[in-house]
Amino acid sequence: MEWFKTTWGRVTIAAVAVLAVVLIIVAVSGGDDEDTAAPETTAAPETTDAAPETTAAPETTAAPETTAAPETTAAPETTTTTEAPSACAVENLPLVAADTLTVATGLPVFPPWMGVGDDNFDVPESGTGFEGALVFALAAELGFSDDQVTFVRTGFDEAIAPGPKDWDFNIQQYSITETRAEVVDFSDPYYTTKQSLVTIDGTSVIGATTLGDLADARLGAAIGTTSLDFIEDVIQPSEQASVYDDNVDLIAALVAGQIDGMIVDLPTAYFMTAVQIPEQGADGIIVAQFAIEAADPDNYGMLFAKGNELVPCVNEALAALDADGTLQALEDEWLAAGGDIATITE
Amino acid sequence: MVLTSEAWPAVQRQFFSWFHFKESFPDVARGFWLDIRMFLVAEVLILAFALVLAMIRSLRGPAFFPLRAIVVTYIDLIRGVPILLLILLLGFGVPALQLTGVPTSRIFWGVAALVISYSAYTAEVYRAGIESVHESQRMSARSIGLTQVQALRFVIVPQAIRNVIPALLNGFVSLQKDVALVFVLGVREGLREADIYNARTFNYTSYVVAAVLFLLISVPVARFTDWYTERDRRRRQAMST
Repeated sequence: MEWFKTTWGRVTIAAVAVLAVVLIIVAVSGGDDEDTAAPETTAAPETTDAAPETTAAPETTAAPETTAAPETTAAPETTTTTEAPSACAVENLPLVAADTLTVATGLPVFPPWMGVGDDNFDVPESGTGFEGALVFALAAELGFSDDQVTFVRTGFDEAIAPGPKDWDFNIQQYSITETRAEVVDFSDPYYTTKQSLVTIDGTSVIGATTLGDLADARLGAAIGTTSLDFIEDVIQPSEQASVYDDNVDLIAALVAGQIDGMIVDLPTAYFMTAVQIPEQGADGIIVAQFAIEAADPDNYGMLFAKGNELVPCVNEALAALDADGTLQALEDEWLAAGGDIATITE
Repeated sequence: MVLTSEAWPAVQRQFFSWFHFKESFPDVARGFWLDIRMFLVAEVLILAFALVLAMIRSLRGPAFFPLRAIVVTYIDLIRGVPILLLILLLGFGVPALQLTGVPTSRIFWGVAALVISYSAYTAEVYRAGIESVHESQRMSARSIGLTQVQALRFVIVPQAIRNVIPALLNGFVSLQKDVALVFVLGVREGLREADIYNARTFNYTSYVVAAVLFLLISVPVARFTDWYTERDRRRRQAMST
C-alpha cells in the first residue's frame, strides 16, 4: 500500500510540474504582450547607457514597428531626403566593421544567384550571379570600393534568431513576408519572381496547362519557401504537399518516384534543370510557370537586424540602381527570361 | 534573472506565444499522431528482431561461428553509421533503383531504417541481460537435456529480459524522439510541422507545442519504468525471504 501511494505521488508531482511550467510560461505570455513589453524596455537602457551607445537605440523600438509596412512599398525615400546625403555617407553609416560593408550570405551559394561559372562556384567575392553582382553594384552606389566589401556566411534560419548580428545585411533570396518583417527588417524588393513546376522524364504532370491538371499531383517544395505556400494556397492538390530541407532532397524524392513534381521559383528552376537534376542522372523539365500571384507575392529583399538604420540608405541606393536601369540589366544578364515554357493562368 | 532581462519579452514572443501555440497546434498534433503510429510499428519490430540477434550472438560452439560473425559485423557496422544516413540511403536510394516489387513508400523505408539501426543497439541491451544471468542457469538447463536454443528460449531469456527492462524502456523514449528523423524524406511528422510553422512565421513556439506532446508520452513512460522496476525489486526480495 505504501509503495503504491508514493509512486502515485511521484507520478502526480512529475505531471503537475510539467503542466505548471507550461502553464506559467503560457500565462506570462498570455494575450497581446505589446503593452507590457514597452515599459520594461524603455525604462532600463536609457538611464544606464547615456550617450556613447548609439547602437542601443534599435533594441528599444517596440512602438515604431507599425512604420515597418511602408518599407515594402515602392518609394519611401521622400521622408528621408533632407538628411540623406550626410547620413548615408560611408563614414556615417552604422556598420558592424568600420569602412567595410559586411554582407552575409548562405553556405554554399548557388548559381544563378552568386558564384556563376566553373571557377567561381561558392565564391561570392567573384561578383558573379544576380545577387553577387547586385551586392557590388549596391556597394559602389553607397560609396564603397570593391575591396571594402566582405562576405560572411550564415544559415538561412540562424539569421532570424533574436540578438545582435555580426553583419550589415544578409542576402540569400529571402522572400519578404509580413510575419518575417515583425522580427527583422527588409530592404525594398530587388527582385520579383514567378513560381514554376519542375519535374523529370516520365511523370504524370508533364503537359499540365491548367491548375486542374495538377489536382491529383503529388507535389513537393522546400521548407520556408513561398513555393510551399503556393502549393497549399493556389494549387491546392488533393494530396498534402511534401516538404524537404532543400532542392537537393526534392530532386532525390523526384528520382525516387515519391513525388510527381516540385514547385520552385523560375530562376531556380533554370539552374536545377541545367545542373542539379542531370547530376543525379535524370532529365529535368520545366513544365510551366505560373502567371498567378501567390497570396504573398514572392519579393526578394535584403534582410537586416530589426531597427538597423542602414535600411533607408540601402533602399536609396537600390532605387537609384532601379532608376538607371542597372537592376534590369543585371536581371537580364543573370536570370534569363522564359522561352517555350507553358504559362498556367488558371 | 531570465524573466527580468530586458530582452525577455522578445524571447518570450519568439518561444512562448499563446497565439502561435494555438495556431500551430492542429498541424503539429496531426504530425505527432503519425509519429506515434510509426513508433509503435517500429518498436514491435525492433524488440523482436533485436532479440533474435542477441540470441544468435549468445550461441556457443564453433558450429555457430559463421552466424555469430554475421551478427557481430552487423551490430558493429550499423551502430557506427549515422542513423540519418541510413534513412536517406533507404528512403531515397532504394526506391531510386526502380526495382519491381520494391516499395517506394517513404514511411516504409523510414521505419525500416529505424528498425535496422535500433535493433543493433537493442540487441546489445539484450546481450547484457543474457550475460547477467548466472552461468549455473545455463548449465542446469543443458544438463536436463535442453538444446542451446531451448535453454535460451525457456531459461535464460525470460530472466534476461527482466534484468534489462529499464534499459529497454530507455530505448523506447529515445526511439520516440528519433522517429522524427524521417522528416528528411519529406514526411510531415510532428517536429517537421513545427519546423514548417517556424520557417513560415519565424516563431519558435511551434517547437514548444511539439515538446509538450513528446513530454506527454515520455514522462509517463519514465514513471512507468520506475514503478515497474520498483515492483520487480520488491517481488524478488519477497521471494528470497
